Amino acid sequence: MKGHNLLVRLVIPILALVLGGTLVFAILDLAAAPVDLRGMVAARMAVSGVTHPVTAVLLNFRGYDTLLEVAVLLLALLGILAVLRPVATTPVSRPGLPVLETLAGMAVPLMVLVAGYLLWAGAHRPGGAFQAGAVLAAAGVLLHLAGRLPAWVSPPMFLRLGLGFGFLVFLTVAALLLAEGALLRYPPAHAGVLILLIESGLTLSLGLILAGLYLVLAPPPRREDGGGEESGAP
Amino acid sequence: MTPGLIFALAGVGLFVLGLGGVILLAQSLRRILAFNLMGSGVFLVLVGLAQRDGNPDPVPQAMVLTGIVVAVAATALALALARQFGDREDA
Repeated sequence: MKGHNLLVRLVIPILALVLGGTLVFAILDLAAAPVDLRGMVAARMAVSGVTHPVTAVLLNFRGYDTLLEVAVLLLALLGILAVLRPVATTPVSRPGLPVLETLAGMAVPLMVLVAGYLLWAGAHRPGGAFQAGAVLAAAGVLLHLAGRLPAWVSPPMFLRLGLGFGFLVFLTVAALLLAEGALLRYPPAHAGVLILLIESGLTLSLGLILAGLYLVLAPPPRREDGGGEESGAP
Repeated sequence: MTPGLIFALAGVGLFVLGLGGVILLAQSLRRILAFNLMGSGVFLVLVGLAQRDGNPDPVPQAMVLTGIVVAVAATALALALARQFGDREDA
């Protein structure tokens, strides 16, 4: 058994190195892409409703991908809520360190401001709903670490609505546009407004979902045999 | 050798490192981290390869942007699974 393990520990790195070498060779040998996606995006920028190409791809040209991706995020959170067994007691927020608490008090309003800016900036420069949502989520995690925000045991109704809000806005826009002929093909005149509407909803929901991923996992796991705290173990 | 190509090759390195980790490591937390490393390598290859001629391509960048967020969510789900069911012997 020991010798077998040693063999595996020797063989696997060698195989991994061979794979790495092959991949490096393949990348160096790769021909240029036959499709010029960059040119296609640049040619259609005028009708996209925004001026930043990444946002245009994300919410206009490939909006379908983004819609499904938000659904995947919701599913992941639902999966976590389903997998984790409910904690017996409501976790009380522990008092944080004074320095951390002061820092969080100063940083969180600024982070909300930055999130709003990133959301707005997404139309014409790097930024957008995902970055803004990530900053909001970080603000939530910071508040939890500072002891100002309790962990989620089971999200109440208004929180659940907030989690699904962005996806529902996105889905509603997609469904309404279906009447026009195709899923998520915005009329060029309203594309900018629709993208801003979707991104605003997404920012809120992504912030809640990403913060939720942390806040749901934050309470300590419950012992299955009901032993309680570690210190009480026999 | 453009910067984009260097990014892609570094991505290959991360991918292989992560793959080795997923196979060789025993604890689920380490395996999840190694799997994340593989994912980061793939993202780096996607973005790096697309701009190896010096001009960034917005399509792979948008795909990677959503991919990163999905990877975060999948990692959290994996952590929840690992905490609830994994590594029973040392729990």
